[in-house]
Amino acid sequence: MARGVTDAAAAPTAEVRPPDGTRATGGVRAHARITAAPDARGGTALPELAGDGPIALRRVRAGAGEARVCLVGAMAGPLGGDRVRLDVRVEPGAALRVTSAAATLALPGTAGGPARYDVSLAVGDGAELHWLPEPLVSVRGSRLHVTYRIDLAPAARLVFREEQVLGRTGEPPGRLVSRLTVCSGGRPLLDQATDYGPGAPAWDGPAVLADNRATGQLLVAAPGFAATPAKPHVLATAQAALTPLPGPAALTTAVAPDALRLRTLLDEARTHTTAAYEAR
Amino acid sequence: MTRAALLVLADGRFPAGGHAHSGGAEQAVAAGRITDAAGLAAYCRGRLHTAGLTSAALAAAACAGADPLRLDEAADARTPSPALRATARRLGRQLLRAARAAWPAAELDALAGARPRGVHQPVILGVAARAAGLGPADASYAAVYEAVSGPATATVRLLGLDPFEATAVLARLAPELDDVAARATTAGVRAAAGGRTDVDVLPAAGAPLLDIAAEEHAVRTARLFAS
Repeated sequence: MARGVTDAAAAPTAEVRPPDGTRATGGVRAHARITAAPDARGGTALPELAGDGPIALRRVRAGAGEARVCLVGAMAGPLGGDRVRLDVRVEPGAALRVTSAAATLALPGTAGGPARYDVSLAVGDGAELHWLPEPLVSVRGSRLHVTYRIDLAPAARLVFREEQVLGRTGEPPGRLVSRLTVCSGGRPLLDQATDYGPGAPAWDGPAVLADNRATGQLLVAAPGFAATPAKPHVLATAQAALTPLPGPAALTTAVAPDALRLRTLLDEARTHTTAAYEAR
Repeated sequence: MTRAALLVLADGRFPAGGHAHSGGAEQAVAAGRITDAAGLAAYCRGRLHTAGLTSAALAAAACAGADPLRLDEAADARTPSPALRATARRLGRQLLRAARAAWPAAELDALAGARPRGVHQPVILGVAARAAGLGPADASYAAVYEAVSGPATATVRLLGLDPFEATAVLARLAPELDDVAARATTAGVRAAAGGRTDVDVLPAAGAPLLDIAAEEHAVRTARLFAS
């Protein structure tokens, strides 16, 4: 089942209350947290794994030295004016991989302001974070504001994928406003805001997305890029470009007609950054 | 202040090298995304509300007295395309040279010394506006107008578009230019408030196709415009 982020009651399942009963008249204030830290055996422990509201967290089988967490839908979605927040901290030397069980659906509603989803990711020196959730789908009539704030220590490693799908097959999208702010060693590395869907100016015009209805980014940061910066590279004409950022990182920006093509482009981008990512 | 200084600064004939750039229109024309006046209008609107808003807020902040070197860092983070970062620095150097001749000021000299490889053009635009005795709103206006006038002029040459039609596109965008300039000014003044420089309050609006197309354009062999 898809996780839902909605700005008002739409489906009967939206009546389900979160276990801790945090729904108030202003809507849900959910605050989920993950902290990963090195354990004594060369692996990664999860001293904090706290789901809340629509975000349930499941620890899944770990890889070598790495803890893995899957985001699972606990309810259809918060109601009007809700704010969902997720803070992820990877302590120095730890390794964490975050995935999701299914796409997140931004769902329409009949009342309340836009829904908000604020994600904060902090990665320490010598730590690694793979952030690889499934796409966010902006369903017709929905309104969602998403922010990602990423703070990287100078020797942090990050693979961050974000995919936005504008409307389900054959339907127009809702309004999806997002901002991605990344700092490396306290200096600005990337700051990108987008505004798509009905009411957003010229979002489907020739300067922004044209006919594409899926868009995404793959951000790969690692100390190895300082010695060997990524080379600018057009991966697919009018669809994807890999570019070095003003810091130890490479960004791939992609647009595509659909989610499948978008994933293919971002997977290809990842193969081009593997060597710099793994350089020790 | 003298308002006429704004006309000098924003004039397409101001010798700052802008005429050699199409604001991405050359690649959009080559890819078939702009084929007529309606396509140009949609392109200009998209550029205005993304790169135009972001540039104008940087210019307003610089004019309002924010630290230009921190704004330059913020401009870098807002420009994921290395081709566009290089273009912004090249245009910044050219504008700085012209501005130092037009409105000599210690601030402009200091910037030239601190960053010989150039500072992002909108930041220089803001400092130049300040040196010319203009205010943050003037700097915003110069930046938003430049965001749309470059592609319009270039498209006349690239497509053989009727210059009257291209000018009509710009005239119809005027209310939106007002709107974006006002938002940029508010953000820029806020970023510089209290003698600090708070870059987080500056807009960061971007457009995926502008960034992807800039990288494609940078490796083209036959081209009329530098960007």
